[in-house]
Amino acid sequence: MISVQNVTKRYGSVVAVDDVSFDVSSGEVLGFLGPNGAGKTTTMKILTCFIVANAGTVTVADYDVIEHSLEVRRRVGYLPESVPLYTDMRVIDYLRFIARAREIPAKERTGAISRVVGECGLGPMLGAGVGELSKGYRQRLGLAQAMIHDPDILILDEATSGLDPSQIVEIRALIRELGREKTVIFSTHILQEVSAVCSRVLIINEGRLVADDTPDGLRDRAGREQTSIVQINGPASEVERALGAAPGVRACTLVGAKQGGYHEYRVESDQGVAIGERLFELVRSQGWTLNELRTERASLEDVFLALTRGEATTESDDSEAGDEA
Amino acid sequence: MRLRAIGTVLRREFGAYFDSPIAYVFLVAFVVIPNGLFLFVYGAQRQLSMREYFSLLPFVFLFFVPAITMRLWSEERRAGSIEILLTLPVRAGEAVLGKFLAAYAFLVVALAATLTIPISMTMFGSPDWGPIVGAYLGAILMGGVFLALGAYISSLSTNQIVAFIISVSLSFLLVLIGYHFVRAAAGRLWTFLADVLAYLSVKTHSDTIARGVVDTSDVIYYVSLIFLFLMLNVYAIQSRRYAG
Repeated sequence: MISVQNVTKRYGSVVAVDDVSFDVSSGEVLGFLGPNGAGKTTTMKILTCFIVANAGTVTVADYDVIEHSLEVRRRVGYLPESVPLYTDMRVIDYLRFIARAREIPAKERTGAISRVVGECGLGPMLGAGVGELSKGYRQRLGLAQAMIHDPDILILDEATSGLDPSQIVEIRALIRELGREKTVIFSTHILQEVSAVCSRVLIINEGRLVADDTPDGLRDRAGREQTSIVQINGPASEVERALGAAPGVRACTLVGAKQGGYHEYRVESDQGVAIGERLFELVRSQGWTLNELRTERASLEDVFLALTRGEATTESDDSEAGDEA
Repeated sequence: MRLRAIGTVLRREFGAYFDSPIAYVFLVAFVVIPNGLFLFVYGAQRQLSMREYFSLLPFVFLFFVPAITMRLWSEERRAGSIEILLTLPVRAGEAVLGKFLAAYAFLVVALAATLTIPISMTMFGSPDWGPIVGAYLGAILMGGVFLALGAYISSLSTNQIVAFIISVSLSFLLVLIGYHFVRAAAGRLWTFLADVLAYLSVKTHSDTIARGVVDTSDVIYYVSLIFLFLMLNVYAIQSRRYAG
């Protein structure tokens, strides 16, 4: 459906996208992840024909974005990051304008408009001025204009930013629903969102692709260890030694003292070990008391930070070296 | 170029003029000033002629037209809405033409509002209609040049006021080079230059308009300048997609 091959885009001396390649097949919901300024938005602008890459080829629905730009634009719905709508128009007039510009035949326009108005919950705001809309409604209108021509491909740049939690849940559900039939690419900073919505994740950092995997696949990358936090009331050094020696435990460190004579410990163990059960047995047999026990699973955040931070360090080292030279 | 795409942009832009109070303020000014001027001239000279009005028109256009065109592209770029516009299935050329024609339509509405002058003339006597009709046609053509120039300048800046000031300055230059003293100075440098400047100036061609004559050479002049500025406008929009 979408093919990006060795795409590079420079803004002056800054390389925004650096030799990026990936394919997206029909029906995939692709999460585009990365810190601010990583190149997500630039990539999306290239896919939607708003800007042209310096190098590489991009095809969308088998059409080249430069040679058959109009065909690509017909098949793509796009919500830009800042949701730049015409604030001087009324919501209904704006949707009529987009429907006309999207080449929807006159007879079908009313139907198309009422479909997106329903899907995006814009009903109460049709007569309002676009400039008067709250952030949430603006976002919904932005989404509505992207969906009005029922495109095969939706490209949404931070579709849920600025929404309140219940709106976020609604929009995510909508994206999931759309993803059943359509190809959706959406960018986000919110890692939770990726696991909630996407079937695949691309992580981009400093213009380069650093990961391309499923959300579960990414979590597995974080390693085979699990970390538990436990608060125990007992002689600190003895507890630390005993915990460290418990079967399945790789290491135990004392974090610090807590209220009521408790100390907090950090226990690292192999993934899949029933660590809670073992620690509880140990505490009971020693006659100590247990206050808290929680096990942290490696999160997407960990993976994300590991991937982007690692890259960032080497990158900045390189550039410093370059400056000196 | 597809008429439907051009028409869609035209409709949206034309509507946008009437969503802002500035348009109404300008329409009123555009109608009140010439009408007052006409009464003044009539009072002084008892002449049923619009010649004074049309000889001043380049200067009225100088300020009025850049005010119409200043937001066409600069506002679109400032607000970022150009990103939606140019990712719709609308070609850059179609968007440029649609916006230009919307501004043109607004100018024609403003000019039509001054038809109160010739109509009120009929109350004082019988004016000579030939020159008046000719002058209106000429004014529409001349307005097109200022519009195309203003629209092009608007595509170069994200600030409406900057676009306005540069458009006024360049439009003024386009009128100024037709004045005798500029041509004389240029002629001392290079004789041929005086003729070139005279041909390039809107003033030379608007003088014939004020007399109510629309010459083929004037039409060719206006149409080629409009075409030139529209092409530059398309180029400015397209080149931004490649910019880095």
